[in-house]
Amino acid sequence: MSEPHPPRLLVQPAPFLRPTVSTPGIMGDVLIALAPTVVAAVWFFGISALLLIAVSAAAAVATEWGLGGERGRAAVRDLSALTTGVLLGLVLPPSLPLWMAALGSAVAIALGKLAWGGLGHNLFNPALVGRAFLQAAFPVAITTWVAPGGPLALYRGTLAWPFLSAPPDAVSAATPLGQMKFLGAATPAGALFWGDVGGSVGETSAAAILLGAAWLLARRACDWRLPVATLGSAALFAEICHRVSPEKYPGALFTLLSGGLLFGAVFMASDPVTSPLAPRGAWLFGAGVGSLVVLIRFWGGLPEGVMYAILLMNAVSPLIDRALQPRVFGARPAPSAAPGAGTGP
Amino acid sequence: MSFARTFRHGVHPHAHKEATEALPVERMPFVERLVLPLSQHAGAPARPVVAVGERVERGQLIAEAAAFVSAPLHAPVAGRVAAIAPRPHPSGRLVPAIELETDPLSSQRLPAGPPLDAGALDNESFVAELQNAGLVGMGGAGFPTHVKYRLPEGRRVERLLVNGCECEPFLTSDHRLMVERAGDVVRGAEIAAAQLGVAETVFGVELNKADAIAALERAVDGRAAMRVVPLAVKYPQGAEKMLIRAVYGVEVPSGRLPLDVGMLVNNVATMTAVADWFDRRRPLVERVVTVSGPGVRRPANLLVPVGTPVRAVLDHCGGLAPETREVVMGGPMMGSPLASLDVPVVKGTSGLLAFTAEEARLPTEYACIKCGRCVEACPQFLNPSRLGRLSRAGRFEEMMGYHAMDCVECGSCSFACPSGIPIVQLIRVAKGALRERAVAEAAR
Repeated sequence: MSEPHPPRLLVQPAPFLRPTVSTPGIMGDVLIALAPTVVAAVWFFGISALLLIAVSAAAAVATEWGLGGERGRAAVRDLSALTTGVLLGLVLPPSLPLWMAALGSAVAIALGKLAWGGLGHNLFNPALVGRAFLQAAFPVAITTWVAPGGPLALYRGTLAWPFLSAPPDAVSAATPLGQMKFLGAATPAGALFWGDVGGSVGETSAAAILLGAAWLLARRACDWRLPVATLGSAALFAEICHRVSPEKYPGALFTLLSGGLLFGAVFMASDPVTSPLAPRGAWLFGAGVGSLVVLIRFWGGLPEGVMYAILLMNAVSPLIDRALQPRVFGARPAPSAAPGAGTGP
Repeated sequence: MSFARTFRHGVHPHAHKEATEALPVERMPFVERLVLPLSQHAGAPARPVVAVGERVERGQLIAEAAAFVSAPLHAPVAGRVAAIAPRPHPSGRLVPAIELETDPLSSQRLPAGPPLDAGALDNESFVAELQNAGLVGMGGAGFPTHVKYRLPEGRRVERLLVNGCECEPFLTSDHRLMVERAGDVVRGAEIAAAQLGVAETVFGVELNKADAIAALERAVDGRAAMRVVPLAVKYPQGAEKMLIRAVYGVEVPSGRLPLDVGMLVNNVATMTAVADWFDRRRPLVERVVTVSGPGVRRPANLLVPVGTPVRAVLDHCGGLAPETREVVMGGPMMGSPLASLDVPVVKGTSGLLAFTAEEARLPTEYACIKCGRCVEACPQFLNPSRLGRLSRAGRFEEMMGYHAMDCVECGSCSFACPSGIPIVQLIRVAKGALRERAVAEAAR
């Protein structure tokens, strides 16, 4: 009665149209967004920066592959471990020994992600868990800053042997935040914008980070509210303090361009896994990170506070999520549309 | 980005309407045998009023409504009752049905009667007439139309919304109806509006159907209190509550009906059926079906007699491409998969879509990264990510607290999920289980 039809039809539930974006695609967009920052890192901190990022990335992927079991080997393909590794490499000081970077990266994946049950289950940003571990384990190395040495720079600390004390670098320099906090000296905004200052390899160039941010937002790879709320609240808070006491506190522009705030806001506070899901929660989370950064910088003992600010807000993110669920459609009483209508309770 | 009226959230799937949107509706020839399931609607199955072997004329009543929430069936062809027995239903179950054998010698003319003056009817008789016409929602859910028109004491409908959104990709049956029968769409709305005594009638049409908007505007032709409202192209624009939100900015309260805000929503196909019944006394025996998708050789918009086997419709369109793996009844977002082609087109069949292995392949599943795309897609403002996780963990009761029952199952969350998680299906499963539990509770 009819021509042959498929021997067996698939019966799958609706919808029959498939998603147009994938999780590895989103991770890939984050990696693309990080590319300008990687280039800037190498431009200012040379071979040392390149090696830090490469070693950190390789260690992260190797750890996921090795410790994640069968699931981990498959999970390498979602690109999240690679992203974590690159992120960690970019928040390390230029002369940090490579073996420390590898160790930190392994801890980031093992304790920051796998211990929680893998991608999507971790409470804290894995890259920052790795950095916090390094801060606790090697407090001197992680706060040793050097001046930018150009694209061919290879700092002496980079190739130091594990557990042997590294020879001190000849050219050490305070970061703009350190100079501000301990010497009261401001760095010109131009140098801060382009990145020709001391600091972690990926945090100094605002120009490169903003380029990446534009890509992230254009591709909708992160919730725009997170970086906007973080930067907005930090700028507002700092500017108010600056107006009250101009000689004591730097203003909004210096606050935004110095240290790791811009990098943290764009690439770490925006991590979907460790930030709230709903829009109102995203605003609250970002505002919390921005305010904590300024609190720590202005009144804390450290010159910089982005890492702790994000980790602290990571911890309360599930609470924010629970408290600020989206309002269900039709939950508020509808305005009476027409006379005689809506006589219900 | 368009600034046309719309609702909040939703998704933008590719429209895929190019294949059929410009094709005029053609009549599907009558086939030898038709199968009319007694359940083509929500509610009680119809009760047969003919016997096996009996001759029937086209348009003759063959099964009557068995309850208030039920709809009668009329013969889509002149012929003979061949059987009254269980037959495969699009749902995959065997359902009692009337099988008709087409009379090859009949002219298959659908007799027309003198117009019925709807204005002279009170609410009760108007509702009865709608039921007599065999009208059910033609968008897929198949809710008997007349039920919406029975107004509880003291309630009034102030606004009639005619739904011409057709937001489901691939489907163009409503689009063609608006272009080719704009006069009847408006006429049906006029009859309904006069009966309800509404203050305003609105035709909501997505902007991608410019010719339909133009045709309706011509047909409305300055009638007072009737207007065509172009809407942004977004899914699920055609969901009742989303349409109301788009046109009037009003949210129908959670768990309530449009009637609770003084509104009534009907599909454009329902409006033409109303015009057919009151002006020509013709019951609902055929409907426009879009046949499309990569597995269909000759995509088309067909006027198909209800009860025609899906296989015959697909054959009429040149048959299926050999790589076809999936056939869907309805749209690709909310339609149902067919396990067999030996099921009939029913009153709610808006489309038949064939997909190949490539479209049918399930997306690779990754862990949820809480990206929030599902939250920003959900037109009901739910948290699909959390609902999906709770469902997977079997924590159904907890899902009530997250308003699982407000889910309209539009599938936007699954479509938006980059991790390929079948979110809407997880919620559907939980809703089914919760409903069963509620029924069991009530029985105890």
